[in-house]
Amino acid sequence: MKVDRCKGFKDLLPEEMVCFRLIEDTFRDRCLKWGYREVRTPALEYLYLFTSVGTLTPGMLRRVYSFLDWDGWSGERVVLKPDGTIPVARMYIENMAAQKIARLFYVTNVFMFDETGKKSRERWQCGAELIGVNSPMADAELIALAIEVLQKLGIKNIELRISHAGLIKALLAKLALSHSEQDRIFDKILDGDREALARVYQDKPELVAALTLLLDMKGRSSGFLKNVKALLPQQMPELEPCIDNFAAICQIIENTGCDYRIDMALGKGFEYYTGIIFHLFSGEQNIGGGGRYDALIPLMGGQDTPAAGFALYLDRLMKLVKQDITEEPMAKRILVTVAPGAEMTALAIAGKLREAGYIAGLSLGEERASGYGWLLKVRDKSPMFVLTNQSNDGESAVENDSEVIDLLGRE
Amino acid sequence: MAETAKLLQRAGWELDDYHDKTRCYRLKSQKYPGIQIKIFQDKDIPVQVAIGNYDIGICGLDWTEELLARYPGSDLVKVKELGYGSGTIYAATARNGSATDVEGLIKSKGTVRIASEYPNLAESFAERLRLRRFSIYPLWGAAEVFPPESAEMVLLPGKDENELSAKGLVSIGKVLDYGACLIANKKSLKSKDMAEMLGSIIDKLPSAGECSVSKNNEKVSQTAGRHYIKEVEKDVVRLALPDGHQQSHVRRILDSVGIKIEDYPSATGNRRPTSSLDGVYIKVIRPQDMPLQVANGNFDLAITGRDWLSEHLEQFPSSPVREMLNLKYGRVRIVAVVSKDVAADDIDSLRQVCRRGHKSYRVASEYVNIADRYARENHLGMYRVIPTWGASEAFLPEDADLLIENTETGGTIARHNLKIIDTLFESTACLIGSTAGIYGSVKSERVASIVDRLKKAVGES
Repeated sequence: MKVDRCKGFKDLLPEEMVCFRLIEDTFRDRCLKWGYREVRTPALEYLYLFTSVGTLTPGMLRRVYSFLDWDGWSGERVVLKPDGTIPVARMYIENMAAQKIARLFYVTNVFMFDETGKKSRERWQCGAELIGVNSPMADAELIALAIEVLQKLGIKNIELRISHAGLIKALLAKLALSHSEQDRIFDKILDGDREALARVYQDKPELVAALTLLLDMKGRSSGFLKNVKALLPQQMPELEPCIDNFAAICQIIENTGCDYRIDMALGKGFEYYTGIIFHLFSGEQNIGGGGRYDALIPLMGGQDTPAAGFALYLDRLMKLVKQDITEEPMAKRILVTVAPGAEMTALAIAGKLREAGYIAGLSLGEERASGYGWLLKVRDKSPMFVLTNQSNDGESAVENDSEVIDLLGRE
Repeated sequence: MAETAKLLQRAGWELDDYHDKTRCYRLKSQKYPGIQIKIFQDKDIPVQVAIGNYDIGICGLDWTEELLARYPGSDLVKVKELGYGSGTIYAATARNGSATDVEGLIKSKGTVRIASEYPNLAESFAERLRLRRFSIYPLWGAAEVFPPESAEMVLLPGKDENELSAKGLVSIGKVLDYGACLIANKKSLKSKDMAEMLGSIIDKLPSAGECSVSKNNEKVSQTAGRHYIKEVEKDVVRLALPDGHQQSHVRRILDSVGIKIEDYPSATGNRRPTSSLDGVYIKVIRPQDMPLQVANGNFDLAITGRDWLSEHLEQFPSSPVREMLNLKYGRVRIVAVVSKDVAADDIDSLRQVCRRGHKSYRVASEYVNIADRYARENHLGMYRVIPTWGASEAFLPEDADLLIENTETGGTIARHNLKIIDTLFESTACLIGSTAGIYGSVKSERVASIVDRLKKAVGES
């Protein structure tokens, strides 16, 4: 009989969990070494955290899992968290606003409905946030950390693509749009609709030309940005700080020897970005991304606090690192079989083997010791232990615990 | 209904008993004797088609869009707009409210309360407006009486803006223009040949039109002025009285203790009657909506049924609403009902029938949370609850397997070839209040005085 699994959700089987933990452990290890501290936020948050302007785009909002909680008689909805950054920002405001700089990281699942049921509706993210500082060096730190994790995982062909939300927004501001209109167009650009602008602003060809130039930018150096700066119309001095900031970040990334590509039209459903936006690719697979969101914390009611962060997409990374995964080697895995009357002896030797760093499973009637490198028979009479090397059927009989461990150590 | 009847007449369906005064739910077509035709409440039809009980349906586009707003991936598809029965769903505020346009609502500091019979459309409308913080109050009806005291905004159907104006409301945007619509189940369209039936309807349409309705044309009126009224003063007691058939009972109780009330029941549909009670303002709303409204502090006292209070508390166990007084009229039993043909006379034998059936058991009810708990606690296995909006007895046996329903005498149930297998509880009308209400002494005394007088009326003092 088939028992249905919820559409759009998946199980992680034992071998997949090994891969999952390897990625998680690598990410944790790197973050801790860079001075980041681990946090965890609840699965449920109030919906309103995500609905305000400057958080998620409407395209994403339509797909959140929202519902009335048991005490939802006020009509206030809650959501299964659709994003990792906003809950962390909320947590920072509540608990950490007093400290100047907070370096935080988390591994979490996020939920987003997908109508087709083919894409996963529950996704895992490794996220890091650097709150309380706005500098090109801070942005470069996050990018370097993300890339370091990917390198440690052995991901090949890592490509960094970067864009700058501040630059796009500064140009949109020149269009003298109402606030809501500006958000709408920005949303469209972020959702990947690049024609949106030209359609609306046929009467301002010069601005549209500047924006088109920006959106078409696919350069590979900070020098390229300086060229763009020279090309932009003179009457737009307000763009200069953004371009300078963008160039400064690129300069640092260049100095670290990292390869990158400028792609202003990176699509992504978050409208909280205010500065650099970056995405990480392996081949055509988008495996992570992030950016600067200086306005988010004040918008949510916190103090004026700059922040930036990124997330790596764990599910996608699992596909890329899977091949290289090995569980504990067979030589470390021992199946212990127990003769009637020898139960206490068996439990004792199994405990000692574990202390010595082996995996010791108790046989509960398995016919074959598949998955184990060794078979250890524990008897109630002499010889007390018979150890079989499964790879060559070599058998040794010994009388006490330490001899067993010695034997294993010699192999 | 009359227009739909005419259309099907033109299409040559030759229905036997389809008119305003019909007392049966099941129809026969001379032309298509093999198909099962049933009359439902408008609002039930999209649900029935979406879950696959029916292949096609004719209903208002408003209820279709309401379902699709929440469940875009459902099996419901709009086939054709039929060109009659048109109306508009407006987003509206009170003309004398504190925010009378969209900008005002967006800028408002607190939570924007939105009341509507269309909670899903209301939610997506609020999201499109990018309201910072909002609460949706789903309603059974009477949305027009909520602003400004009980909600900042309502979504409600109307003919035009003049009709809104007559109700003291002002439109802040059109949410949806709707009319009658032919809808179908996606899977049925893929797998069954219904071409002749669908064709017979579409051929006879007055004027062909694609089923495309301006859903996003929230034309925002910029002209609306701003007026401010005083909030209901803090010492005023807000009392909700029921509309519908309960009104005469309530009137009798109020009369018996000398509480004079003007225009209730109202011949003109007035929902704000005045009374001889000092410092009390009264609104007439649906009894189904009262517990939620009292929980939210929009009303201090309300007269509703214990059935609706229980339904509310099933959904929200931590709600502060409590029964304050049994008013001892409107006695009904909430019962579990199955078709007479089902081989079960109590819930235990029904469970055996369920187990043998190996299929999803369909429980239909107006009380979805009570029904859900009943099915869950009686281990009906893989069941699903289908919400209904009245005339639930028509659902058995084709469209549901079990009904949770109220009954006074059991007469209607017997007439429809159904039988009662269990009684969940007994319900009477009751006065409800909130344990969360923090009143000053003036208001506390007023509340206590009303409760005391009503106690006298039902002989409990």
